[in-house]
Amino acid sequence: MTEPMQENKKRPMFSKGNMFLADMDEMVKRAREILKKGPLPSMVDWATAFSLWPVHLMTSCCGCEIGAAWGPRFDNERYGSLPWVSPRQTNLIIVEGTVTRKMGCSVRITWEQMPYPKFAIAMGVCALDGGLFYNSYNIIRPWQVIPIDIYIPGCPPRPEAVARSIVELQRKIREEGVASGWLADGERQDLKNIIPKEDLCSWRGEDVDLSTRYS
Amino acid sequence: MSTSAQGIVERLRSILGLAPEAPVEQLKGYVEVSVDPASLRDAAAKLKAAGFDHVKSVTAVDYPDKKQIKVIYHASSMLDESLSGYVVGLATSVDRDNPTVPSLSSIWVSAEFQEREMYEFFGVNFEGHPDLRPLLLTPDVAAQRPLRKDFKVVEEDDYLKSTYDEYTSTKRWV
Amino acid sequence: MGTEGSQVQSLPGMQVHPLKKNLYEVAIGPAHPGSGHMRILVRVEGDVMVEVDPDIGFVHRTMEKLSEGRDWMKNIPLFERMAILDACNVTLPYVEAVEKLLDVDPPERAKYLRTLLCEINRVASHLYGFGIFGVFLGHSTLYMWAFGDREVFVELAERLTGARLTHTYPMFGGVRRDMPDDFGQHVRKAAAYMRRRLDEYAKIFLLNPNIRSRLEGVGVVSKSRAVELGLAGPNVRASGVRYDVRLAEPYEAYDRVDFEIPIYEEGDSLARAWQRVEEIKQSLSIMEQAVDWLEKHPREGFVHEKFWKTAPPIYKKVYAGEVPYAGKYRVKMIPLYASLKVPAGRSFARTESAHGEITYYVESDGKDVPYRVRLVSGSYRNVIAFKYVMPGHRLADLPAIYGSFDYFPPEWDR
Repeated sequence: MTEPMQENKKRPMFSKGNMFLADMDEMVKRAREILKKGPLPSMVDWATAFSLWPVHLMTSCCGCEIGAAWGPRFDNERYGSLPWVSPRQTNLIIVEGTVTRKMGCSVRITWEQMPYPKFAIAMGVCALDGGLFYNSYNIIRPWQVIPIDIYIPGCPPRPEAVARSIVELQRKIREEGVASGWLADGERQDLKNIIPKEDLCSWRGEDVDLSTRYS
Repeated sequence: MSTSAQGIVERLRSILGLAPEAPVEQLKGYVEVSVDPASLRDAAAKLKAAGFDHVKSVTAVDYPDKKQIKVIYHASSMLDESLSGYVVGLATSVDRDNPTVPSLSSIWVSAEFQEREMYEFFGVNFEGHPDLRPLLLTPDVAAQRPLRKDFKVVEEDDYLKSTYDEYTSTKRWV
Repeated sequence: MGTEGSQVQSLPGMQVHPLKKNLYEVAIGPAHPGSGHMRILVRVEGDVMVEVDPDIGFVHRTMEKLSEGRDWMKNIPLFERMAILDACNVTLPYVEAVEKLLDVDPPERAKYLRTLLCEINRVASHLYGFGIFGVFLGHSTLYMWAFGDREVFVELAERLTGARLTHTYPMFGGVRRDMPDDFGQHVRKAAAYMRRRLDEYAKIFLLNPNIRSRLEGVGVVSKSRAVELGLAGPNVRASGVRYDVRLAEPYEAYDRVDFEIPIYEEGDSLARAWQRVEEIKQSLSIMEQAVDWLEKHPREGFVHEKFWKTAPPIYKKVYAGEVPYAGKYRVKMIPLYASLKVPAGRSFARTESAHGEITYYVESDGKDVPYRVRLVSGSYRNVIAFKYVMPGHRLADLPAIYGSFDYFPPEWDR
């Protein structure tokens, strides 16, 4: 820690284009150590669990029950979840209903725009194994598009089931320490089952830019 | 359901100027008039002038054993009270291997998007359509002309695999 | 729009260049609160929309192809998912078309029960439309109120059929089950409650000066244009055309109940919103009349005799109330439906659903699966308005016009 400081005395601190703040790698290592001990991991998990904001992507007909679930009768906002329009500021994506080939590309792009740690809930039997539309040539499974944490059966699932899935996701985050684990280690392991984006979005043509800054 | 069924059949014959033995059948819920593709535009223009001002649906039915595709335009009237209770099906049959039908979207604007859908699902070429391109499907699926009878719906267990390694070996996404 | 340089004179020392048209393409995609399940490709010049191209098919679940491989009875839940909000209205024309082929006319009680559920679904669907309209315009109070009041009618449908949204209520020859004993008082309470609430909706939404300035004069569709484009449902009635399938070709019990068709002449977005409010009022009065009739007449014959006489005797006892239906006896579907073979023929049926007019063309060749089913819904016929009504407006008017058409993408994509 002393060496960089001495080196710095030769160079003015606020010269044009140069500003020395800290040794970032050292700081990150220290922060990661702090995040693994004490009450901080459980606080991070608690905060993440009570602010799961779903992004505003209506995939299919289960969207009616999502609208009812965040409506006045089955109020899901009491769990801290607020449907929010911008993918960059949300951490939950609810894939409701059938995912078609065209929609799979959009789900993937939206998911990639969301910052980590992020979660996904697959809603309805169409998300499990095709549901009523099995054998159809135009649908794909959501677990081939994004990695899913919680599945909800039902056609459509009642809004109480959606509320229960949020509670289950909260329990999963807090018991397994998903959010604090990501902050400490910074990796996600479950991406091996999903189709690469080139195959999903190849139908859009050559001149469409599909990069989302996080991948 | 339609009370004076004979009345509408006679009226259609007089509107379209058909011979008495031309096929105008009263089916369950609509009256079907069959014309050949060359005189489709004239028949549609005559119907529009008589008061049938919009198209409810454009259907194509595939008959592989007769080697024909039949295109039906169901038209009715919104403004004319005497005609709004009846639905007329203007039908024409074309060859299955090279189906070409003159487009009626210049006469009935309401048929524009429906003709696009029949183009992508059956491969029927509508001549004179302003914007013929796939509407619902991705281009690779539309090229297989899904609603024809020789496109068989495959049971999904055959090729949908659960891990990416198996998926790459079958490569369904080409 | 673009000034060509020919009208301006060139003065000495000054050069005038013609402006080039700057067309930008804006893709309003599916992950957007103002777009629903579709992508709208808008070409704008500055702020004014020049071309609007709806890119649909994001919810295309191939119902027409799948229906050719399933039994006649199994297609009813399949088609229901098209517009899950008014499930009775979208499966009713399919059931009617097949009944025409089977030559079976449902009994009176079944017709009134179907009418009752159709009107409950119409009110629920219009309220859902209002909720989504509120989300598009940023009026979140309307979203909360509409979804809360919609629960009243979804609860009514649940008492009648057993499911919140996926009723599967009309069957060939009748309906699936009869109504409970105390249903009449619930319907009357719901109707009285909704009439009070509609006045409050008018105060916060339709007479709200902010909303009025956003909706008045926006997206005007003239009468002849509406007919030429082939629009359907409340959109065409808000442009002055007096057309409703319930009047033109009455089906079920609509020729025996008293109701009016409200017509508005202006054809702009505000007229379409008012049209839906008036339709809700008419639906409430139809519901009350239907339930009056149902309470006065004896409870028998909700399924046609041809199917009912093949039911096992235990079913008849359960439905007559002689056996307490406590789950001890499994009463399932009447067995004749499982192996139903419909005689060959072609038929066509149409009904008026909340979003518009739904038409089915059913072709059968005598087997136990359909040969071809072609369905065109109200939203299908309304999508052409995107291409022809929107250009010329500003980009900020797109949610206002979209929401006022009450366009529901799963109904188009099927």
